[in-house]
Amino acid sequence: MSNNIPFLSLAIWLPIAFGVLIMALGNDKNAGMVRGAALLAALISFVVTLPLYFGFDTSTAQLQFVENLPWIEAFGASYGLGVDGLSVWFVILTALITIFVVVAAWEVITEKVAQYMAAFLILSGLMVGVFSATDGLLFYVFFEATLIPMYIIVGVWGGPNRIYAAFKFFLYTLLGSLLTLVALIYLQSQSGTFEIAAWHKLPLGMTEQILIFLAFLMAFAVKVPMWPVHTWLPDAHVEAPTGGSVVLAAIMLKLGAYGFLRFSMPIAPDASHELAGFMITLSLIAVIYIGVVALVQKDMKKLVAYSSIAHMGFVTLGFFMFQDLAVQGAIIQMISHGFVSGAMFLCIGVLYDRVHSREISAYGGVVNTMPKFAAFFLLFAMANAGLPATSGFVGEFMVILGAVKYNFWIGLLAATTLIFGAAYSLWMYKRVVFGEVANDNVKELTDVNTREFLMLGALAVLVMAMGLYPKPFTDVLQVSVDALLQHVAQSKL
Amino acid sequence: MDQMNLSLAIPEIALALFACAFLIADSVTKGRILPILHNIVVLFCIGLGVYCLAQVPTTGTELAFTNMYIADSMALALKGFSALAIAFTLIVGANYAKDRDMFKGELHALVLFTLLGQMVMISANNLLLVYLGVELLSLSLYAAVAMQRDNVRATEASMKYFVLGALASGFLLYGMSMIYGATGSLNHSDIAFAATAAVSGEKSIIFIFGIVFLVAGLAFKLGVVPFHMWVPDVYEGSPSIATLLISGAPKLAAFAMLMRLLVDGLFVMAFDWQNMLMVLAIASLAIGNLTAIAQTSLKRMLAYSTIAQMGFMLLGFLSGVTGQDTGNAAQAYSSAMFYSITYVLTTLGTFGVIMVMSRKGFEVEKISDLKGLNKRAPWLALIMLLLMFSLAGIPPMVGFAAKLLVLKALLATGQVWLAVYAVMFSLVGAFYYIRIVKTMYFEAPSDETEIVMGNDARAVLGVNGLAVIVLGLLPAPLMAYCMTAIQQTLAG
Repeated sequence: MSNNIPFLSLAIWLPIAFGVLIMALGNDKNAGMVRGAALLAALISFVVTLPLYFGFDTSTAQLQFVENLPWIEAFGASYGLGVDGLSVWFVILTALITIFVVVAAWEVITEKVAQYMAAFLILSGLMVGVFSATDGLLFYVFFEATLIPMYIIVGVWGGPNRIYAAFKFFLYTLLGSLLTLVALIYLQSQSGTFEIAAWHKLPLGMTEQILIFLAFLMAFAVKVPMWPVHTWLPDAHVEAPTGGSVVLAAIMLKLGAYGFLRFSMPIAPDASHELAGFMITLSLIAVIYIGVVALVQKDMKKLVAYSSIAHMGFVTLGFFMFQDLAVQGAIIQMISHGFVSGAMFLCIGVLYDRVHSREISAYGGVVNTMPKFAAFFLLFAMANAGLPATSGFVGEFMVILGAVKYNFWIGLLAATTLIFGAAYSLWMYKRVVFGEVANDNVKELTDVNTREFLMLGALAVLVMAMGLYPKPFTDVLQVSVDALLQHVAQSKL
Repeated sequence: MDQMNLSLAIPEIALALFACAFLIADSVTKGRILPILHNIVVLFCIGLGVYCLAQVPTTGTELAFTNMYIADSMALALKGFSALAIAFTLIVGANYAKDRDMFKGELHALVLFTLLGQMVMISANNLLLVYLGVELLSLSLYAAVAMQRDNVRATEASMKYFVLGALASGFLLYGMSMIYGATGSLNHSDIAFAATAAVSGEKSIIFIFGIVFLVAGLAFKLGVVPFHMWVPDVYEGSPSIATLLISGAPKLAAFAMLMRLLVDGLFVMAFDWQNMLMVLAIASLAIGNLTAIAQTSLKRMLAYSTIAQMGFMLLGFLSGVTGQDTGNAAQAYSSAMFYSITYVLTTLGTFGVIMVMSRKGFEVEKISDLKGLNKRAPWLALIMLLLMFSLAGIPPMVGFAAKLLVLKALLATGQVWLAVYAVMFSLVGAFYYIRIVKTMYFEAPSDETEIVMGNDARAVLGVNGLAVIVLGLLPAPLMAYCMTAIQQTLAG
């Protein structure tokens, strides 16, 4: 707030501008330069988000780094940006993950490199926009616009069944968000503005709240994804190129969960309480049922995709118990899952680039030929299972603590995630990495190169750091979560 | 007010004189200087468009030719955009026409006369003048479709268009005659006056009947269900440049016709015609979107997409009056106007890409002809991608802003169910639009021939693609422009 540099605008528009530039100037003949430029662009875009953390005032729940310009005055829509404790980490995470995506594609993507890099850079800017919009219409524009690059990414650089996956992804998510649009326009017509903060204060009757909550739920539940509208995710994950899977799991799923915090809960608090049981039930089904489903997957990417759904079930579970600890834990879980799932997909990408198979049965004994890789993979699999000292533990533990306080039996059911998580992660790890060298493909594997080592190493450091010292994250969250819960506790009726 | 006020009609007069001068110049030189004349025509259209647009907002509504002709901001705005759309068509279509032996003076003359017809429709304040404009436009279009005399399909399309168009004109004329019978006047303001009296007393059957026929005639011209049968056949059979002449600028004139006949003339009967339009809109959204999915022909798909889009536009148009409350009128009509203008913008681009991709002896007809466009011409594919997402209503394209405006107007009337219905069919629509993107981006090209296009076509297509995204990001100025225009029209 103290300075006048529009960091949020920079964080949104720099990657988009770079993306457009790279698309305009790059082609497959100067692919080397395109890669370098994309990396530089991703780094610059990341650096401009750092002041958001270092300049962040953890003592207030107010929006910070606020920017506000008139946009469509006739609607009361403005170009309003700002972050609070709930969103600031996601802005940084988005920019960070983009760097990994660019690095991960380095030697792997050889066709239409410029378009690939441009799509991810543009996507990164759009997602930062979603997290920092303080205006409902602006949020929606960014939220929807992310569909376009992702559709292209899955469809152009994806696997054999990519067209089906791209369509399913696009139409599924569009179905959800169109009803949200109706809800947004309705809220605008009631309040005369698209400013989200004003909607938080808008008095609404119970029926209205329930309908609005459900309309938002359509969009956010699909995006999270919650059981039973999760079926697009395994398809999209499996078919997407590595970078696409990473961004999907690490950031895009969080757009939905973030929507609950920003829209559903504060705008319709009474409906949130009314429907909390419903939401908790859906979340528990995701945690337990999808956990079991993950166990039986034969495809590594599918397994991690299902594990993502289960983890996100944990997040929504945490939200709808309205407990300080649980909500904080859920947000921590979102950030941690960003690192861990991203890392898991990168690991699978490393294997896939060499063997061109994602089947668990195509591997076995990888540790013999790729010891360094096996070490990294183990750490991430452990983090995915929620092992203490990794980032995965902190969030899950907080949510379970909160759940036990809320209701012992819910806590107990939620805690089964530790068992299922360990089971599917480690069993997969065992089958892929340990044992005798299974076939010639595995025998000919080469260990990670410097690029991959740096990429996985950096993520490993982050995962460990967050697990050992989560204070920077909890500090930022504390006040904002308190304020949110206080607001949600007040009835609007 | 009973004066000639010739100065108000400067655009039409200039255009008519220019068209005649062009005809003479071209026939005297036997087509030798046509390339130069072509450029002059394009420049003239651009100049005319800019001249009209620059005058908005005017001081108010003014009448000319003993109240037969009306000049206001809406008229100027729509005329300006029509002229620009025609200029665009000529620029992008020039090579296409040359390859098909259609690049003749006749084409330019017909194009100029369609523009004149549209301008007359836009400014008509009298039923006869409306009809005059409609016929001038339609007859020029029939001829433009049939310009390739040896092309069986084009000739067939022209015949169909002519027969059905004549039927529609018949409807329109019949409706007009009944309205004349009920009110004793052909003049919109007198009709409005008589209509007010009719509403307060007992509504005469003949009056209602007149409205029904009028709406049917309008629906024919707009191409909405159930009067849409001609659209796919004519779109498919016509040479693409003629398709663009039909599907582009005339939609603006059709919107103006709705405004003049229904709002200027029969505003007090809004309850009656809004219900009729609602039926048309609901049917168009369903049939247009669902049928478009089944198409393998690109032009037929776009035809059904037009039907659906026009249905969406009508949703804005029918939310002007709720009960006795007319407070929403300006918002509703300006949303429909914004929708029409941006729709024309995207249609121009879409058919522009189709024309640029076609070459001598090869016509882009099937959706599969777009295969692998991203490999063959990345920029063309990108423009088409922007246009398709715009038609699908995905932000940040302008199509989203247009849909948002219409939905907002609709929700202001409390018709939530209709809004939900509309967005659900937008979802259906999204399927076939993103299928085009799929064909261009995800599939390998089956045809590697290089795509040749002139620099002028490249430039205007680029501007078009840019406009779709810039107007989507910053729609406020155009929205305000439409709002001002409509408010002035309503006030006058």
